[in-house]
Amino acid sequence: MKIAVCVKQVPDSWAEKKMIDSRLDREGVDAVLNDLDEYAVEEALRIVEAHGGNDEGGPHTITIITMGPERASEAVRKALSMGANDAILISDSALAGSDALATSAVLAKTIADGGFDLVVCGTESTDARMSVVPAMLSARLGWAQMTFASKVEVDPGAATISITRVTEAGVDHIKASLPAVVSVVEKINEPRYPSFKGIMAAKKKTIETRDLATVGVTPVSAWSEVKDAALRPARSAGVIVTDSGDGGSALATFLAEKKLI
Amino acid sequence: MSTVIILADFQGGVATKTTAELATVGARMGDVCAVVLAPVGQGAAMAATVKQGPIASIAIVEANDFSEHGVAAVADALAQVAKAKSADALVIASHAFGKEVAGRVAIALESGIITDAVDVASDKVATQLVFGGSTTVHSMVTHGIPVITLRPNSVEADLSASSASTENVSVTISDSSKKSLITSTEPPVKGGRPELTEASIVVSGGRGTNGDFAAVEGFADLLGAAVGASRAATDAGWYPHSHQVGQTGKTVSPQLYVACGISGAIQHRAGMQTSKTIVVVNKDPEAPLFEICDFGVVGDLFAVLPQATTAVAAAKA
Repeated sequence: MKIAVCVKQVPDSWAEKKMIDSRLDREGVDAVLNDLDEYAVEEALRIVEAHGGNDEGGPHTITIITMGPERASEAVRKALSMGANDAILISDSALAGSDALATSAVLAKTIADGGFDLVVCGTESTDARMSVVPAMLSARLGWAQMTFASKVEVDPGAATISITRVTEAGVDHIKASLPAVVSVVEKINEPRYPSFKGIMAAKKKTIETRDLATVGVTPVSAWSEVKDAALRPARSAGVIVTDSGDGGSALATFLAEKKLI
Repeated sequence: MSTVIILADFQGGVATKTTAELATVGARMGDVCAVVLAPVGQGAAMAATVKQGPIASIAIVEANDFSEHGVAAVADALAQVAKAKSADALVIASHAFGKEVAGRVAIALESGIITDAVDVASDKVATQLVFGGSTTVHSMVTHGIPVITLRPNSVEADLSASSASTENVSVTISDSSKKSLITSTEPPVKGGRPELTEASIVVSGGRGTNGDFAAVEGFADLLGAAVGASRAATDAGWYPHSHQVGQTGKTVSPQLYVACGISGAIQHRAGMQTSKTIVVVNKDPEAPLFEICDFGVVGDLFAVLPQATTAVAAAKA
């Protein structure tokens, strides 16, 4: 079974983000592997480990696929150090400022050409937070959409997959034949920390860089644009009291005055 | 006159207030046609629950594919209705399901997409709050027709009675939209507490609870509030991940947010700083969250919360 895991390098979610010229400033902050993609890498590893593993010459492989600038290879390296086999980094200056539609088109073409059976994604990136790319991949590939999974079971022999989908609308049990596009929610697993051995091994793993011409997709500019962006006025601190035995009462009084109780 | 398609939002077969919100925003841009996607035989009954909002017409599509194949089938049908009606814009609820539907519809209609709008003006310019509400962005779709998802509870709904005409529309769901099969469905587990993202009051606990959420939960229950947690608390296993408020968790914007023992790293602020009123209880006077609170108590939450609980209970009695 060939599994692709789509990941994204994002600004560290612990850092302050700002806009420059209507785009997210990606230079001024640390860039990391999107937190939510670690669950996707972990789930792909668990799927193969349950069915014979992804050691060299083994039955399964996991390929990390990402789109981004050259330095996105750092995030890819982390996914490789967790245990994925190899990676494809799609990097092209024409892709700067791409929207989800363009991103999904590039990823879908790469996946379709790679002969994969299964795609695993996180539910969203912590920068754009749209959570539409997995559904778009499914639509573009014509593969089963198995998104927001809190549980994934794959039967490689029968080429089937079943998931438990969890959203605010409730819980769905869904099954499909492979190939399929899966996105996994945060509570599905606990991502492993890369081991020293994994980190060393990752340095030798192949990251193949492709430009748009190699992928075979014509560059398309984004189909939406930011007209303007402005910082909202900062909140200023209100009343702060130090508890000397009556802090709770003061809090209750504040809530009553504001008619919040 | 322009036609704006909205995907009517239902819960348990009954139209939600979100449907009226979508119509309110849609009516600024044109005549609203609400699309009701229903199991065979239930279209008229479901459409009859779409009672409020400035809706000009209702298009009912009946097919069991929607409950059997979910997002893909819904998006397939919606895109077909949009084409048949020569829609000038689509507005869909911005929850997990709605955003996925919008994504697929945007591809089918070769149109740009904007998610998580908190408002849309008559010129189809959408307002979004990004980076945890620290930045306001105005965006517009530049190709095809705008496919916009609107966050529930962001606009005041026009709740005037709807006198929409209804019609039945038939579509053919393609095989590629039937690749996944929903074998069973369970409604959301409703605990005694409101859903985090819908609650008008949220009481959250962080590192300062040391894993003991009893005081936080006690105060929350008295206020009829949802319980949230910081990432530090969920990572420590003290509270379920589904309750995490922050950049990697849920974004909440309640009338009142009470943060207990949470220092307020960017990670957390990004998920709650658009709350109307923010109250902070923390032992550490240097906690960054004090900088954005409306009312703060520097003190031990295990002393402050029980006293506040008693005092609020007395005030309510």
